[in-house]
Amino acid sequence: MPKSAPTKAPKAAAAAPVRLSVRKTYKLYVGGTFPRSESGRTYLVDGDNVALASRKDARDAVVAARKAQPKWAGATAYNRGQVVYRIAEMVEARRAEFAALGVPAAEVDAAIDRLIWYAGWSDKIAQLAGNANPVAGPFFNISSPEPTGVVGVVAPASLLGLVSVVAPAIVTGNTVVVLAAGPQVAITLAEVLATSDVPGGVVNILTGHAAETAPWLASHDDVNALDLTGVTDPELAAELERTASGTLKRVLRPRGKVDFTADPGLRPMTALLETKTVWHPKGY
Amino acid sequence: MFDYAPAPESRSIVTIEPTYGLFIDGQFSDGKGTFKTINPASEEVLAEVAMAAPEDVDRAVAAARRAFGPWSALPGAERAKYLFRIARIIQERSRELAVLESLDNGKPIKESRDVDLPLVAAHFFYYAGWADKLAYAGFGPDPKPLGVAGQVIPWNFPLLMLAWKIAPALAAGNTVVLKPAETTPLSALFFADVCRQADLPPGVVNIITGAGDTGRYLVEHPDVDKVAFTGSTEVGRQIARSVAGTGKKLTLELGGKAANIVFDDAPIDQAVEGIVNGIFFNQGHVCCAGSRLLVQESLFEELLTSLKRRMATLRVGDPLDKNTDIGAINSAAQLARITELSEIGSSEGAERWSPPCELPDRGFWFAPTIFTGVTQAHRIAREEIFGPVLSVLTFRTPEEAIEKANNTPYGLSAGIWTEKGSRILAVADQLRAGVVWANTFNKFDPTSPFGGYKESGYGREGGRHGLEAYLA
Repeated sequence: MPKSAPTKAPKAAAAAPVRLSVRKTYKLYVGGTFPRSESGRTYLVDGDNVALASRKDARDAVVAARKAQPKWAGATAYNRGQVVYRIAEMVEARRAEFAALGVPAAEVDAAIDRLIWYAGWSDKIAQLAGNANPVAGPFFNISSPEPTGVVGVVAPASLLGLVSVVAPAIVTGNTVVVLAAGPQVAITLAEVLATSDVPGGVVNILTGHAAETAPWLASHDDVNALDLTGVTDPELAAELERTASGTLKRVLRPRGKVDFTADPGLRPMTALLETKTVWHPKGY
Repeated sequence: MFDYAPAPESRSIVTIEPTYGLFIDGQFSDGKGTFKTINPASEEVLAEVAMAAPEDVDRAVAAARRAFGPWSALPGAERAKYLFRIARIIQERSRELAVLESLDNGKPIKESRDVDLPLVAAHFFYYAGWADKLAYAGFGPDPKPLGVAGQVIPWNFPLLMLAWKIAPALAAGNTVVLKPAETTPLSALFFADVCRQADLPPGVVNIITGAGDTGRYLVEHPDVDKVAFTGSTEVGRQIARSVAGTGKKLTLELGGKAANIVFDDAPIDQAVEGIVNGIFFNQGHVCCAGSRLLVQESLFEELLTSLKRRMATLRVGDPLDKNTDIGAINSAAQLARITELSEIGSSEGAERWSPPCELPDRGFWFAPTIFTGVTQAHRIAREEIFGPVLSVLTFRTPEEAIEKANNTPYGLSAGIWTEKGSRILAVADQLRAGVVWANTFNKFDPTSPFGGYKESGYGREGGRHGLEAYLA
């Protein structure tokens, strides 16, 4: 507790009515707004009634993500990097709130640093993942990475874990529908995103049970990829992979437990990128 | 129009044995039963080939597993030398293999000779050079091979697809069990002999022949670490499903329904050549074939007249004739599918046209065909026909062209024809396809990554990107 904080209430205050704190309602984050679940359901998490997302919420979130995707992918890499950097700034400003939710200061630090790391990748990843190809003929030939599109993310519960799956997906131009495991932390991050110049729909966050909502993302025709990093039940993960095969989604499922404090490498970004190769003849 | 005298390539350069076994652990051995492979241009039986039963697949995977330790422990430079040797032997035996490929597949000799075989050798040369440079490939400082790769390839480019699968796998230090397609097993079995000539250690490459069940057993084998498949989207889905939850690494190169977009400022003669190459190359048995022609409305009449004139000069017939442009359809089953979808095209209201064209009496043939008046709802505009059949649609604005081009679950390739550079770049950016050919079509190179978006599969073959599929 900071030294300046009063150790006991002033005497005069004892007589005054106690001011009730204003609690936060934990709602979903879809298309840049905070709706309740269309199902009207909530579930109790550490004393808070949190919105319990339904199949319809998942589908609405996919619609919002798809709508936002072309413009976000079409933004300059420089611009996307600035936006992700801005997210880091806003997390910094809300340290106390994350601390109040029990996120250790070191983890908030790491989450901020991770965001900044990814912000910097926005205009560099194409230079590593792309190539000029020396084909045996008079052709210009270049391969460039492009975002896969809409990514369904089953996120880990921790703030660092959440940031570590969302940032690589969006910095490359994808939009995401996140099934969050730690709802209060995730919705607090949503409030950060809503004030960080992230266009509505780029990140959509649903709270609830992944086992209930993830299958709808896995089978959804308009979801291009599935990140299963946060799935802890191997049987659920295998079932989601099987479901995803119906639409040939790209599935990112790291082997073993991920150490989010370690250098993530390029894989979290490249797994959600397509490679497009363009040929053109050379000639006068 | 000139008449052409027959100019057949001699088939005496290739000696096909009456029977072939399975190539496992460096030896040919019997399977459980046999099947016949035929020349689709004459229906003549070329050879009897062993049918691999599950226990044969087990043997092949076990041989690949035993070979994996020593092979992956070899210095990269030594693995490279084996691959360079293979590339050289392929070059030396190139004519023999080209004739063999045309006999077993039905493709024109000028394509097997000038496209398939040069690319096969080039692919082994390219990946040979990577074997001792893997740490520089951008997949981490100490990339490791995955283990045993189970690979299943299609019949449209038998030896080239083998090269796309085996060259990067071996360069990265994996060992392989490869199953060629049921209708085109011979060039893979000749490749087994190439491996023996190169003194490749036994078990590093195993070739098992058979049908769909053999392939299914291979990709589902618990001791396979990596699955690579080229073929139909339907089978690709089944494989993705069977591999789910196993931790096997999977790459899929599946179907396509590519849009070939021609703008009104396109160089028309070049565009017509590109359209013809796009859909009639290899009888249209090409997953990246430009099977949907999107023509800007103002150019439609002129382009169609030109295209029909050009199609009338295409020579359909004996694959071994050096003047042949379009060879035999690979199998009776494929011919039935092309025939069925074309009949559906007519019955759904599209207008069908083929040039006057005499087809041989025996074998499987289909005249080059175009459909006009095609809408996006027609099955011939949505489904992969995998034959010499082109669906023609029109558009008015670039936005409409992009919308129509992307209106498919596939995303393998696309073509753009226009003289305006900025339009090429802008349209290429918007097309959801893994390969975009601008003012050209159906070009391939070992340095150039190939693979699809969406339901055309995932992973890339060729180039630096192609290594990722075989590295942990």
